Amino acid sequence: MKNPLDSLWGTVISGLVLTAILYVIVKNLLT
Amino acid sequence: MDLVPVFARWLHFLAGVMWIGLLYYFNFVQVPALKAAAADGTAAGITKHVAPRALFYFRWAAIVTWLAGAALLGANFVNAFTLSKGYAGIGIGAWLGTIMLFNVWGVIWPNQQKILGMKPATDEEKNKARRVALLASRTNTMLSIPMLFFMAGGLTHKAAFGL
Repeated sequence: MKNPLDSLWGTVISGLVLTAILYVIVKNLLT
Repeated sequence: MDLVPVFARWLHFLAGVMWIGLLYYFNFVQVPALKAAAADGTAAGITKHVAPRALFYFRWAAIVTWLAGAALLGANFVNAFTLSKGYAGIGIGAWLGTIMLFNVWGVIWPNQQKILGMKPATDEEKNKARRVALLASRTNTMLSIPMLFFMAGGLTHKAAFGL
């Protein structure tokens, strides 16, 4: 599998996915 | 009125804009430009004159941003880093920023020194350093997206996301 960080779009999309994951964690487990 | 948080917030934003602005410059402008410049033999202009200056402001802005952020958290520093109730949002932002700071000083800068010839390195070591520095820089670009989402949390985030 290709590393998503090899492309700029892959990097930005990974950042957005990570934002969503962290949001769910903060919202449901930490607040 | 305590002026420390006022100036700490201002400095945090000023230095943060410089840090992340240069991070985006490296990722969105310099890396693709170097690829094109290598093809027509003009890369030295960037690696000799632009990159060292950009890296200087980049790595020191990272330190100033973190210190000003720590001053801004003040007595809530531990609450943020332990993700205490009510501080989880800003705490996630603070953790991501801290990881990014270590990436800058611990991974990107030592490898850039090899790439730019500031530290002796063989061609093989330089090639490895290029790959490591690129991935660390891309990792920071990726982390900056959630970092800014959580750092920029204010009344609008509270209303829209309940954070």
